[in-house]
Amino acid sequence: MILVVSFLVFLMLVGAVAASIFRDLISAVIAAALVSLIASILFYFLQAPDVAMAEASIGAALTAAIFIIAIRRTKRYEE
Amino acid sequence: MRRIVSILLLIIVAVGISLSLAKIPFGTPKTKVGRHYIDEGVKETGSANIVTSVVVSYRGFDTLGEVTVLFIAAIGLGAVLTANGREKMRKTEPASLVLYTGCRLLFPLILIFGTYIFIHGHLTPGGGFQGGAIIASGFLLIYLGCRERRISRIASNLAESLGGLLFVVIGLLGLAFGSYFLSNFLPKGTANTLFSAGIIPIIYIAIGFKVGSELAGIIDNLIEES
Repeated sequence: MILVVSFLVFLMLVGAVAASIFRDLISAVIAAALVSLIASILFYFLQAPDVAMAEASIGAALTAAIFIIAIRRTKRYEE
Repeated sequence: MRRIVSILLLIIVAVGISLSLAKIPFGTPKTKVGRHYIDEGVKETGSANIVTSVVVSYRGFDTLGEVTVLFIAAIGLGAVLTANGREKMRKTEPASLVLYTGCRLLFPLILIFGTYIFIHGHLTPGGGFQGGAIIASGFLLIYLGCRERRISRIASNLAESLGGLLFVVIGLLGLAFGSYFLSNFLPKGTANTLFSAGIIPIIYIAIGFKVGSELAGIIDNLIEES
């Protein structure tokens, strides 16, 4: 159990760092959505299924979609 | 130089936060009110899910404020995006058959799942906000996969307004029949059955409709403008 959780936290850290260093903003949004998805799995492990549901649908799906719509109207690559 | 200073600042902030958090014991009960909700919540509100009893019953007024914040955000977004008048939809390429069929098959299932989540909010984990967000993600799927299908703006506005109105009216009825705003004036029934917990399921259904149509409306506004 502790191994699974530490692996998930490690993945989450990788996603967070990747989101901040990617120059391609669409990839950065996907990495940020990964952080949200793993956070929702961790919430489920911490026996908070209510929060996990809200985090998975809002954090991983809707927020990423809104960011991608915003990127489509602006520039895809960061200088 | 600036980089070193910023890293130093980050370390100082991290050490400060972890030092102050380390003093708080993890997992032990700290407040009396939390223990009271866990011990007496099911008996007092009739809702088997304690989180729901806190969100809708004990802290129902806060939830009304939360719903209002979301409402104002959606209204503001709609006002900003439609201030210059709505331009004509651009011609879009039709989606492939696999994507189109997949979206049409999945959409009703997602809708039913979201509805299940908010109707059973007082029994199983989840509730109005979660169910509404799931329904909105179903509408997002339809907008991405089958772009020529649109929800009617009038129907979504109607669902949103009626949801908000139902919440406030139930609160006022609680003031009339009970003793305070949002008091649980309906019979509580036996816990763990669908028709239990008085006004809690009704309020969560109202919140589910409201949040679902609001988030779907936000996505609708953004996609139409892009």
